[in-house]
Amino acid sequence: MEQIPVTMTVNGKKVQRFVEPRTLLIHFLREDLNLTGPHIGCETSHCGACTVDMNGMSVKSCTLFAAQANNAELTTIEGMANADGTLSALQEGFRQMHGLQCGFCTPGMITRAHTLLQENPDPTEEEIRFGIAGNLCRCTGYQNIVKAIQYAAAKLNGRDYQEAAE
Amino acid sequence: MIPGEFIYHRPSSVSEAVSLLVSHGDEARPLAGGHSLIPMMKLRMAAPEHLIDLSGVADLKGIQEVGDTIVIGAMTTQHELVNSDLLIAKLPIIRETSLMIADPQIRYMGTIGGNLANGDPGNDMPGLMQCLNAVYVLAGPDGERDVAARDFYEAAYFTALAPEELVTAVKIPTPPSGHGFAYEKLKRKVGDYATAAAAVLVTMSGDTVSSCSVALTNVADTPLYAAEASEILNGSTLDADTVKRAVAAAEAITMPAADGRGPAEYRTKMAGVMLERALARAAERAKG
Repeated sequence: MEQIPVTMTVNGKKVQRFVEPRTLLIHFLREDLNLTGPHIGCETSHCGACTVDMNGMSVKSCTLFAAQANNAELTTIEGMANADGTLSALQEGFRQMHGLQCGFCTPGMITRAHTLLQENPDPTEEEIRFGIAGNLCRCTGYQNIVKAIQYAAAKLNGRDYQEAAE
Repeated sequence: MIPGEFIYHRPSSVSEAVSLLVSHGDEARPLAGGHSLIPMMKLRMAAPEHLIDLSGVADLKGIQEVGDTIVIGAMTTQHELVNSDLLIAKLPIIRETSLMIADPQIRYMGTIGGNLANGDPGNDMPGLMQCLNAVYVLAGPDGERDVAARDFYEAAYFTALAPEELVTAVKIPTPPSGHGFAYEKLKRKVGDYATAAAAVLVTMSGDTVSSCSVALTNVADTPLYAAEASEILNGSTLDADTVKRAVAAAEAITMPAADGRGPAEYRTKMAGVMLERALARAAERAKG
């Protein structure tokens, strides 16, 4: 089968490969680049476990061909930590607020929340829930995930996180 | 789930895209946002031999006001529709409806052209475009032609679009300032297709309706422009009896299939309920 060249910047590093046109971006990331943080969940564009950031947009990498990401700038969960290797505010929030159980949905959740906070640095609880509507967690409700994002937003805005009274 | 093999094309102009469609005929499919087509390819329910990615065609992007018309390029994404200052000012119903499509990740990729051209009865934009009396611009080997949204849909996934044609833009008459609008959608969860939905655009002169347009989503093989309901409402004061007659007229043209969203009778009834709610909200907004 025909192979086509693709070039992209992934987590700050330029990569160049030949792919079959039908190669989905998620397979390219996991199998060609060994970035196994983005997960293959439902494969039907519902669950969001495969979410990565492409040119400032959260996208479901199971519903995108690698060829469509040619020349794009991509960030996966592997590129989310601070430059010195410490946890980002969001990663810390997920840890502090117990925003994960099995962790399967977490890379997609954090990657999506990262882009959400770029667009809306101080979202309300409702805006967070609407903003992560494309990411499903099958362990639990979303309470602690929402708290984790609120924690990160507070920290990035120079505030201490105050849990709302229940 | 890996799609079948295909040859990937990325034209940079409409004419290049059309000539690819002409030379490959039924074996070619245009790729817009891909969120309908790629899942179908993964299920092998679609297996185009030539995929024509339209994302490199700059002419298909953008939102402009041209005279008394808003022109939206086919490759404009739902995310861009939600965030367009022009649409928020002149056609806020587009933002309201776009926010009900799928989820953020899909709205970054999904395009208005793909949503309109695919012919899926569950898509929200076709009904809205019928309500707004929009016109689609189609480009083919013989140049461009215009088709009204109200004439475009023939059956589920069958439209007036020929295999060698592309939807390049949609032209929407700008409603007068102070118009009322609402898109009411009953769905099982965020991002779902509608169990039933209604779009309403209304202008008022005092307490009297000076113009009204109604369309319904996902309660037939095609979106439905509810002409009779619109006529009944026009010139009325939206009194309870008139609204009841309009709702009955709208329900009468529905032909929903029973599916996981409910039995046919339920979906018809819900189309009426959505219309009643949309009408109340649109009238409220029109009164300012």
